[in-house]
Amino acid sequence: MIEKVVSIQLPVDEELRVVKNRIAPEGLPDDAKRICIVTGTHGDELEGQLVCFELARFLKDNMQHLKGIVDIYPALNPLGIDSITRGIPGFDLDMNRTFPGRKDGSMSEYVAAEIFNDIAGADVCIDIHASNIFLREIPQIRINELTAEELVPLARYMNVDFVWVHSAATVLESTLAYSLNAVGTKTLVAEMGVGMRLTIEYGNQLSKGIISLMAHLGMWDGPIPYVREPIVSVDGKVEYINAAKGGIFVPRIEHWRDVRRGEHLGDIVSPLTGDVLVKIESPCDGLVFTLREYPVVDEGSLIARILKV
Amino acid sequence: MEKVIIYELESMYRDSFRVTGYRFGSGEKTMCVVGSMRGNEVQQLYCCSQLVDRLKTLEAKGLINEGRSITVIPCVNPYSMNIGKRFWPTDNSDINRMFPGYDLGETTQRIADGLFKELVGYEYGVQFASYHISGQFTPHVRMMRTGFESVQDAKVFALPYVVLVDPVPFDSGVLNYNWQIWETKAFSLYTQETSRIDRRSAMRVVDSVTRFLNRIGAISYDGKAGYIPDVIEESHLISVQTSEAGIFEPLVEVEAQVNEGDLLARVIDPYEGCVRQEIRASCDGVVFFRHSDPLVYADTVVFRLIPIGEFRFRPAGQDSE
Ligand SMILES: [Zn+2]
Repeated sequence: MIEKVVSIQLPVDEELRVVKNRIAPEGLPDDAKRICIVTGTHGDELEGQLVCFELARFLKDNMQHLKGIVDIYPALNPLGIDSITRGIPGFDLDMNRTFPGRKDGSMSEYVAAEIFNDIAGADVCIDIHASNIFLREIPQIRINELTAEELVPLARYMNVDFVWVHSAATVLESTLAYSLNAVGTKTLVAEMGVGMRLTIEYGNQLSKGIISLMAHLGMWDGPIPYVREPIVSVDGKVEYINAAKGGIFVPRIEHWRDVRRGEHLGDIVSPLTGDVLVKIESPCDGLVFTLREYPVVDEGSLIARILKV
Repeated sequence: MEKVIIYELESMYRDSFRVTGYRFGSGEKTMCVVGSMRGNEVQQLYCCSQLVDRLKTLEAKGLINEGRSITVIPCVNPYSMNIGKRFWPTDNSDINRMFPGYDLGETTQRIADGLFKELVGYEYGVQFASYHISGQFTPHVRMMRTGFESVQDAKVFALPYVVLVDPVPFDSGVLNYNWQIWETKAFSLYTQETSRIDRRSAMRVVDSVTRFLNRIGAISYDGKAGYIPDVIEESHLISVQTSEAGIFEPLVEVEAQVNEGDLLARVIDPYEGCVRQEIRASCDGVVFFRHSDPLVYADTVVFRLIPIGEFRFRPAGQDSE
């Protein structure tokens, strides 16, 4: 059933609406579990759209196995998605810095508060992100070390390749995930793919992971998909490579593969002179889990992240 | 005067990105003034240009005092200014969230680092700043309460108000906060405008900096007489919000004194012209901030008022100095 989460009147003849699809069988007991699938906080991240579609389609066809409530929120920032804007258009504001919001605050704070209140109290929330237009990410779950003990066991069901446990120092307090975890709604942040694109394989992979997590939570009694065992790692094992010069980045390796120390990862080239400005080599043995997708780089632009092995 | 390149970054498709500074006098790092950091801060750029012009004149007359060095950095972000973008052209990041910077990090972290290396060590630091929402301000000095802030010094600028703010985690990357932590007495000066030039309020802050430089013994020239500022807590400002969206029609200017119940603005139906909301003052006060966009959303803070009356009188020594 399609339900309105929050709506607000815009200046010129338009209503902003955030909606969700509640999928639940008839006659659920009062203590039925609830999982929320949310995405579209960043308007330029679309990978989650496919997960929402797959899940809604699959569950509708297999309602007999569903034993709980699934709330799907495909677009927390509908104006952003529609206008290819990462933040909230008109506010120049990253929506994922506005939670838990304020009911008596500005429009964006009010919208954030209504969304937050709608999700809070669920058993689990999956917040799906798609990196940005610059970087391609392997399907991964990112967890703040303060909540690692509770969340890593859940993340193992998610069919991702990698679980990245962040140090507390780099945690941003006004994200949806932080705010929900702070009130006891266990929230996993999934990052995968690249901005403005769909990666069909990843969408299917994560959808299966959600079904497997639902089975673990007792919300699904149908066939359980096989899920892969993720690599679980902490900050210290991640090596960053930033561009030493501006230019065009040409990758020379595939994403998510083993590299050896000194291996040629890519070049920063000059289309004007035909020179290779920087030959980028791996500083360690490891796995390239983040790889630059957008070719134009400034000095300092992130090129890759490598998980040291 | 010496023109120096403080930070430079080469680019494939554009002229080099340069942060340029103007040094006056020599010796002890007395004051550094930083202008526009976001691409829409043209008024802040203009203020710096007028300050450079004034300091050039003073230096020619020998009025910059021996052993004192003053640096003005009119623009930290020419790349964004030149293409009409507010934040960094590619990744939309805000340089003023990247301090103290990181020389091996992302582009804007490197810029912040390159700039901050220059900024560290000045006795006084001034930033001509803008607010994250667009609107007009009564000129004021804004300071974060970091434990290092000096209200007495802030008063020397002689702008109408000194506003004290408690930093939130979000502020840990801004220049003012980091400058203070690194033991520079840092002040953010707000003039009336941001994305358009207002000469009158620009000259007020130029006078104000000139006056300050005189009082700290850096120059031998006094700016125009200023105000005896009121010190206010940002949390004591009264916000006035819209309840309706539409066309915003303001009826009072910043710095105007208003009485409770006075009509401040109207929200107009954009199709039919009728009044959707009359916005009235919720207290006696002075208009400190006024929203400036012609369209407005519901629940938007369109005015901030400095309450007057009982608030004006405070026991001596209550300022945190
Ligand atoms: Zn995102």
